[in-house]
This record gives sequence, structure tokens and C-alpha cells, in this order.
Amino acid sequence: MPDILPPDCVGLVTSQTYRFDKTPLSLDCGRSLSSYELVYETYGTLNKDHSNAILICHALSSDHHAAGYYNMQDKKPGWWETCIGPGKPIDTNRFFVVCPNNLGGCKGSTGPTSINPDTNKPYGPDFPIVTVRDWVKSQARLGDMLGISQWLAVIGGSLGGMQALQWAIDYPKHLRYCVIIAAAPKLTAQNIAFNEVARQAILSDPDFHKGHYYQHNTIPEQGLMLARMLGHITYLSDVAMREKFGRELREGKLNFGFDVEFQVESYLRYQGRSFADRFDANTYLLMTKALDYFDPALEHDNNLSDALAKVMAKFLVISFTSDWRFSSARSREIVKALLDNKKNVSYAEVTSHDGHDAFLMPIPHFIQVFKSYMQNTE
Amino acid sequence: MELRTDLALISEWINENSHVLDLGCGDGTLLAHLRDARSVTGYGLEIDDDNIISCVQTGVNVIHTDLNQGLSDFNDDSFDYVVMTQAIQTILQPDLLLMEMLRVGRQGIVTFPNFGHWRARSSLFFGGIMPISRALPSKWYETGNIHLCTLLDFEELCYQLDIEVLQRAVVDTKHRTSWSMRLLPNVFGKIALYRLRSKPVKRILPR
Repeated sequence: MPDILPPDCVGLVTSQTYRFDKTPLSLDCGRSLSSYELVYETYGTLNKDHSNAILICHALSSDHHAAGYYNMQDKKPGWWETCIGPGKPIDTNRFFVVCPNNLGGCKGSTGPTSINPDTNKPYGPDFPIVTVRDWVKSQARLGDMLGISQWLAVIGGSLGGMQALQWAIDYPKHLRYCVIIAAAPKLTAQNIAFNEVARQAILSDPDFHKGHYYQHNTIPEQGLMLARMLGHITYLSDVAMREKFGRELREGKLNFGFDVEFQVESYLRYQGRSFADRFDANTYLLMTKALDYFDPALEHDNNLSDALAKVMAKFLVISFTSDWRFSSARSREIVKALLDNKKNVSYAEVTSHDGHDAFLMPIPHFIQVFKSYMQNTE
Repeated sequence: MELRTDLALISEWINENSHVLDLGCGDGTLLAHLRDARSVTGYGLEIDDDNIISCVQTGVNVIHTDLNQGLSDFNDDSFDYVVMTQAIQTILQPDLLLMEMLRVGRQGIVTFPNFGHWRARSSLFFGGIMPISRALPSKWYETGNIHLCTLLDFEELCYQLDIEVLQRAVVDTKHRTSWSMRLLPNVFGKIALYRLRSKPVKRILPR
């Protein structure tokens, strides 16, 4: 954390939790949650007519802490500090920003680590597999609770962008703008394959105990670490990795062994290990399934244009040239479906070497397009 | 701000409430004008980052597109007009793009700098150098204009492609026209404007 909070930072933030227990939430898998909690953060002030609220949907491994710091000792701000704050694209001087942790998460919203009221034990692997549509439904209830009948915008990157798209489909009247960044209308076989390898890494870890590792006082650290290492490679680009690490050796020489030698190995192991410390394996499994299942065109004969026929929001779609996890061509599929329906849409393809992670980076053209678009919202 | 020469004339050619695709829409001036003055909807296609930002700032729908990749994201007859102002001379395969325009739109509107203008001719004939003018400001080695043509060239291409010229205008860079331009458009017109459509398919009658 910097010594003084920069003027374009939302400052010190706290999270809030709300328990929903009036109406059970029926899920796509056929099960329902009779009672669940959502943890969320808000930045900025809700105006009198409640017309300036923006919902931020988070990606696979992030959470409700999108901006600001919890205290002055915090090392890092929220995950989208580059885009949320006074004068930034999501300008907290103007907008009231809400970011919840998704159901099934491990950062405070009800998920596998929560206590199942039926068994008084953690849900573990028995937590229902939630879908993007389930998340959107739970977010809509959060909006109702906050008195927001229509979001000014629903915004997300990657898996968050998929939620934003689902919002526009499921609740067309409840958002005026939809911003989809570095996303895709569904995963490809290659995307699913990466997720499957990540899941197998976790499932085959002897400490996984079929998901009941909490009872064994352990975590499948190796599996989760491997899953994250693999994921991380797909979030970066070849160029970005080359620029960052090249073939640099940690000790300056080859040791003819299997310990860490190249900087990139050291980096991946560090990323994997720190992720295993802060993330729950069951949640990771759930989130990757939600990604795999996402396919709004499925119930429209695989026709995305039909799926988007009734959307009412105005769209901004952004992709990044070096993103090979969700390439620009995938964003263009969304754009094409909107064009087919003569919907309002703008699309920017941002040149960047940062791969899929680019949506988290302060890339000038990205920030400028995003900011200009948000300034024009009404 | 005054509308660019050719844009002002084009906006007179476009009916109210129509759906327009603007290829190489620049900063979005034409679409913003058409939206405000004639309730036109549509999209601009653009590749330049700064222009894309300008369009977003103006509230014009802009789609990052490389026109050399064609218009495959657009369905047949999905626009009333497909417009391309001062861009055809920069396209790798202008003939293919012209056909694409008239596939996607019911009518096409094209403007380009006339390479047959007398100044261009005299620059080559008397000076022996590639012409430089207000309509063609760049030197030969730095110009994006790789497919310059004259009115005659363009009309010949339209004939070859079974494209019907519905309307033609020639103006100078200040949007003026004159008796000389009307008399000898290919010599005195600086900027050419065409409104086009595909020729209806002729029915082959039995002999």
C-alpha cells in the first residue's frame, strides 16, 4: 500500500454481507439454496433516484474486493484498481459501484467452505454446481435488496463478461449498458481442455480426499498449485512471458537438476503456491465448471443471434490482440450476434502483449475507450 | 463545425430513419450528423485507435474492423446504405469490397479523389511528378492511396461488376460545383461522389 492514498483511489473500504433466506434460490442443476449469504463491496454513492448503480461481475479467481485497500498495511489494492476510482473509467465520483463475491466462492459468499445447515459440516464437494445464470439470478436479488431496479451498467472481464452478457439476456430491462471485456460467448474445446487438466490436477491430489479435505485438516495444495500454474500460462502471452523472464536463470548457471532453475519456473511456482494459500480447491472446481457450462446460445439452437434478440442494453465489447484464451475472434462472435439484431454496440480491439490478463492492466487505449464510453452513459 | 465537402452532399442523399454502415468512418462525423439531422441508425467501421475513441466520445457505434478483411460479419441487405468516403483508394481489393458493399446494403455511396482532375494530369504531364493537392496531400512513398482512379476508371469498373450508377456528383474541396465540372467532370471534378446499386438480375427470356 502506498504511504498516501492516491487521489484516484476509492480509499479504505469494507465489505458487507447480506443473508438471503426468504425465498429459496432454485439453481440450474435442479437443487436450491434455501439460505445463502453474499458478501459485497460498494464504492461511491447511490443517487436519489437510484439510477447510477453499476454492477461489477468478477472473473474465475477474483472476488468482491475490486478496488481500494482494507487498511494502510495492505500490500495490494482490489483487483480492478486500474478501472475503478475517482476519474477512472468506472468513475466513483459519478457511479455507485457494487461488486459481490459469487455464490460458490471462498471469500465470504456461501460456498463449499460454508457450513451446510442440513449437516452442520462444510458443504465441501456437496455444494451444488452453480452456473453463470444462477449467479446472475443471485446478483439480481442483491440488486433488489439494495433498491436498484435498473443498473446503469453491468460490467465484467473474462468470466465476469459472460455474466454481464447473461444479465442482458435474462434481465433485458434491468440494465442500460453492458460492457463485456476479454470474454467469449462460450468456451471452445481447447478452453474446456485446459479447465479439465486443472481439475484433474486437483482431483488427483492425495490430499483432496474427494473434496472432504477440510475434515482431514489439509488442502490439496499441490493440485491447486498445478491448476493455477497451468491457468497462469494461459492468461499470459508468449511475448509477455518472453519479455518478463526470457530464459533468465535464477542462479546464473545450469544445475543439471529438477529444482527451479529458470526464472519462469520460479514465478509460476510462486504464483501457484500463493494461490493455493488463498483459494479453495472446491471453489476452483466449481468456477471452472461454470465456465465450461456457459453457453447462452444452446437453448436457441446454438444461434447466438437468436439468444440476443431481446436484449435492450447498449453494448461495449473489448478484446485484446494477444489474448489467446479468449481471442478477439470470440468477442467478434458476440458483436456479430448484436449486429444481426441491429443492437447498439461498439467494439474495440486493443493492441496489447499482456494476453488475457490485459483487462486488468492500465493499457492507455483500453482505458481511454472504456472511460470515453462510460462518460457518455446516461 | 462545418461538415466536410462530400459528407454534406451525402447526407442529402440518405433518407431519414435509414440504417447506415459507414466504412472507414473516421471520427464518426458523418454518422453523428446523420443521427442528429436525419434520425439515422447504424455503425461505423474503423481501424484507427484515435478515431475509435473519437467515435465512442461522439456516441457513434463503432466497430474495430480491417476493411481489407471484407464484411463477412454482416448479412445480405442488412443496411439501407453502405457508405465509403475517401477510402476506396486505400483498399487492397476495391472491386471485391464494392461488391461486398452492395451485398450488405441496398445502395452504396462511394466518394474518392478524382485522379483525372486537370491538376493531377498537368502535374504528371508538365511536372513529371506524382500530384500533390488538398485532396491528395501525401507524397507517393507515404500515401495510403494505393488504388487511385479517375471517374472513367470507376465507371468502367461499375460496368464490369454489373453495378448501376444511380446518381453522380463532382465537387471541389469546398463543396462547390461549376459549369466546367458539369461539362467535363473527369477533368474539373476534384472529388467524385456516386450512389450505386447492384443491377437487378436480368430474367433470361426463352427465345
